Amino acid sequence: MAKLADSWGRRLVLALPFGWMSVFFLVPLLIVAAISLAEPRIGIPPYEPLWDWSGGGLPAFQGSLANFALLFSDDLYVSAFFQSVKIAGISTACCLLIGYPMALAIARAPASRRGPLLMLVILPFWTSFLIRVYAWMGILKDEGLLNLALQWLGVIEQPLVILNTDLAVYIGIVYSYLPYMILPLVGVLERQDPALLEAAADLGARPLKAFLAVTLPLSLPGIVAGSLLVFIPAVGEYVIPDLLGGGDTNMLGKALWDIFALNRDWPTASALAVALLAALVLPLALVQRLQRRMEAA
Amino acid sequence: MRRAALAIGYGFLYLPICLLVVWSFNDSRLVNVWGGFSTRWYVELAHDTRFLDAAWLSVRVALSSATLATILGTLAALALVRFGAFRGRLLFTGLLAAPLVMPEVITGLALLLLFVALEQLIGWPEGRGFLTVVLAHTTISTAYVTVVVRARLGQIDPSLEEAAQDLGARPAKAFLAVTLPLIAPSLAAGWLLSLTLSLDDVVTTQFVSGPGATTLPIEVFSSVRLGVSPEINALGSVIVFVVGAGIIVAWRLMRGRE
Repeated sequence: MAKLADSWGRRLVLALPFGWMSVFFLVPLLIVAAISLAEPRIGIPPYEPLWDWSGGGLPAFQGSLANFALLFSDDLYVSAFFQSVKIAGISTACCLLIGYPMALAIARAPASRRGPLLMLVILPFWTSFLIRVYAWMGILKDEGLLNLALQWLGVIEQPLVILNTDLAVYIGIVYSYLPYMILPLVGVLERQDPALLEAAADLGARPLKAFLAVTLPLSLPGIVAGSLLVFIPAVGEYVIPDLLGGGDTNMLGKALWDIFALNRDWPTASALAVALLAALVLPLALVQRLQRRMEAA
Repeated sequence: MRRAALAIGYGFLYLPICLLVVWSFNDSRLVNVWGGFSTRWYVELAHDTRFLDAAWLSVRVALSSATLATILGTLAALALVRFGAFRGRLLFTGLLAAPLVMPEVITGLALLLLFVALEQLIGWPEGRGFLTVVLAHTTISTAYVTVVVRARLGQIDPSLEEAAQDLGARPAKAFLAVTLPLIAPSLAAGWLLSLTLSLDDVVTTQFVSGPGATTLPIEVFSSVRLGVSPEINALGSVIVFVVGAGIIVAWRLMRGRE
């Protein structure tokens, strides 16, 4: 009797989250894929049905790849794709340049201080992302705090135009995603055996050489994990280019929202979502592999 | 070297937040003029029903979705850690990992299309508003709760629960009496994480909310798009104060238990 109740309980434990995630995550993605093939129209909902039942008997499939053809033939979307990848790529590199020395310093700090230092990296996460991006608007604008300080110091005469340019977008992305880079790096650097560095020094390696030959290669999994955690969300970023970027900042996440909300063209927005997902398949697959390797370890 | 790296890094992380808080007490409406210390923007904020209504809605959405996500995420973690191999395990793992890295514009669009299709098919959920936002936030947060609870559950010896069962406790009772108290801190952490995710979400919410359901981030986003305003400085500072106080209390509680 207990056995039977047990198996029912087990089934329920699995079925509830499995069912929920299937209905509210898997099925929606399949709907996006389906609607990306549908024809846009003006009405509610703003797409033609995929199957035509009017002929009687078997329904006729009406989908086509026309929306994708439109995306690939329009320079606006093609350049949005390349600009998104470029902005996300450069931002990821900047995060690595700022984050790596910080992660190294945290990992090599005395154990008692490591906890508070890590806490300070995570803390900004808990305050509002939107407010942190907004804070940069007051700093970067023409009569903002940065220009005020630089003019006061006599570095510049005329205010620099930073807000509403790509530079502001880089600053915003690096600022918002820096903790995602630092955390996995600290994870791998913390576990490195200090004896390895001592051995390198005993064998005559200078500190820089020891770093390049020992520390850096061993931290590669952390570099890959951190870079993916920054790059993937940055490619589809919408809030930062919208608030900090200018009229010519053209990124996929913002383009998707504009097609969806301003043009009310849901099929083309869906096609863009599918294209964005396809561009991210490789990095996402890498994440999956890393995760499985970490589980195995 | 190390000190410099830390000083620059933490300065970069914290300077904008500090400037925001300082400037929220600026009496002048202009950023480049210091008009003296004043709390007038906080007073104006406290009388702005737009932000107050939005904040109340956000709190209700966050409490509902965090609670649901904690239940679902704990069950998912339990299945992943204790059930070994089962059919569909790979898909299940993927479904729980994907929301963590999926660009939010895709998640948001996908959920909206689902809600529209469901309404056409079965008439539920009717329109977009509180319910659809809660469903969307729950889905994303469940993935986060699963990660947090799974990590803790993995450290707990299953033989403890087996011992309880050998002593005659039913599996559900053994779980509630033995394992649940042990993983309770991770449940609390997951719940708090979900709460902040929900209170902060702009993109997904913008897709799935309707005209009558404006959460606080959506309200802030639409007014911030028009430019810097002292009232938003005050609101941002209030959020920083509340979060800071919450973290200090949580830190004290954890210290106290140790």
